[in-house]
Amino acid sequence: MRELRLHGRGGQGTVIASKLLAVALFLEGREVQSFPMFGVERRGSPVTAFLRVDDEPLKLRCEIEAPDELIVLDPTLIDATDITSGLKPGGRILINTEQAPEEFPQLLARAHVSTVDATGIAVRHGLGGKAQPIVNTAILGAYAADTGLITVESMVNAIREEVPVQIDANIAAATEAMGAIRHAAMRGMTAREVARA
Amino acid sequence: MKKVMVGNHAVAWGARLARVEVISAYPITPQTQVVEKLSEMCADGTLPARFIKVESEHSAMAAVIGASATGVRAFTASSSHGLLYMHEMLHWAAGARLPIVMADVNRAIGPGWNIWTDQNDSLSQRDTGWVQLYCETNQEVLDTTIMAFKLAESLNVPVMLTLDGFYLSHTAEPVEVPDQELVDRFLPKREASYKLDVDEPHAFGALVKPDAYMEMRWLQQEALQKVPAALDAIERDWRRMFGRSYGALEAYRAADAELLLVTSGTVTSTARAVVDARRAAGERIGLLKVKMFRPFPTALVREALRGVPRAAVLDRNISPGHGGIFAEELRSALYDLPDGERPELFGFVLGLGGRDITPAVIEDVIEQTRAGLRPTREDLWVGVNP
Repeated sequence: MRELRLHGRGGQGTVIASKLLAVALFLEGREVQSFPMFGVERRGSPVTAFLRVDDEPLKLRCEIEAPDELIVLDPTLIDATDITSGLKPGGRILINTEQAPEEFPQLLARAHVSTVDATGIAVRHGLGGKAQPIVNTAILGAYAADTGLITVESMVNAIREEVPVQIDANIAAATEAMGAIRHAAMRGMTAREVARA
Repeated sequence: MKKVMVGNHAVAWGARLARVEVISAYPITPQTQVVEKLSEMCADGTLPARFIKVESEHSAMAAVIGASATGVRAFTASSSHGLLYMHEMLHWAAGARLPIVMADVNRAIGPGWNIWTDQNDSLSQRDTGWVQLYCETNQEVLDTTIMAFKLAESLNVPVMLTLDGFYLSHTAEPVEVPDQELVDRFLPKREASYKLDVDEPHAFGALVKPDAYMEMRWLQQEALQKVPAALDAIERDWRRMFGRSYGALEAYRAADAELLLVTSGTVTSTARAVVDARRAAGERIGLLKVKMFRPFPTALVREALRGVPRAAVLDRNISPGHGGIFAEELRSALYDLPDGERPELFGFVLGLGGRDITPAVIEDVIEQTRAGLRPTREDLWVGVNP
């Protein structure tokens, strides 16, 4: 079983992103379960969503405390909240940012890090406003490329099923994101860093 | 066709496939998506039903009572305070023997104001005369919505199915959407024995004096007592046609168990994972899922728990001043078992107001049940910080 946690802000489409990923993975023949952190969403406030993926039917129905992977839709959340809380050592983090993975040494110490400028891609394809771009389809494309778990066909079909508007623009954004991902492997911590952590 | 959908949409799909003819509902978190989806289906013509907009839940239930009395298939959904506001009309629907089906998205009652799940909303409707079915997965929600109409219409009793707020209502997972033609064969158009009909007038809801009121209640009770057998037959038909069934009660890995967890709703699913792990470690722990709360499946419960040394009941609800409500009902059902065959019953209260029930919480329940010879009190609270 693979457990993911998504971090975004209200209005970015975080919950839709978890559903999109679930549908795409389901189209790949997986069992999936996606759900928002149960609460009251407000535009701009931190939003968390979860996703479980397995080859067997999923039994656990509780929040995910120790995810294998994180997807961060808004990089300002990295400093604002305890984003890596519970992340399994050696896990993966996918961040929506213009920055390179190497610019997140504190995250690389405990996880593999990938980055993609989903915001820039969303804006270029006219998804949402400039102040509030909708990045979920670009994130889907990036995740597909980063993990190899989702084929282009399933990605496109998931968008067709789940995104009610601007289908072509969303598919174009996801496709562009597939090629725009940057990755850095976990470098671990030096003995001194381990002692300090 | 399999689709990834949230529990609220599974409810809407179930109602649509059952070809409901009248819907009246008022939105409330976390049920709102049921109302949104059904009104969308009515608006785009995929569900040719009349959607009656109302100003309150009391009126929603009144509207479906009126509709059902004319012989059509009527549906509503609510949650928490909305369900409580329907309370008077719930009695009326059941007393009038109207086969209405409703979905309740289980949500706690305020104050403290809370939108998260527990079962106190539906359980406080225990004595209204409605059948109550607690669901575990979105598939079960969709299937049960359809089966509920067949059950309701076969005995003229209203049926409430429940799904945990957020844990099902807002959780997306794959759901097989049955073929409409097959559902039509399973559930033909409703044929009402008595109905409001301008061409053949009858009086409904008239004054019933002491000489006949008790007989009406007796007949209602007789009908409810036929529910377990009727549900069993309906589930067997469903299994034959769609390959799935659930049961009023389900024993999971219960053979030779020294300890049975007794659950309802989504806690069941997480508890299955805990049972699997314990069984893999060679421990004799199993599970009993109670789907049907009303009528209470007394005979089935006695049979399932007879001779089991210990049972741990997980109640996501509380009858203040007494204890967990499923535990109360189980104690009552088990009372007549002979000494030596009656399990030591540990009643746990947990997960109120949406507090998460993780595998660690269920492990704690198991350890507490094993630790004492007898429970120290009737209501054992888990994870509470007084």
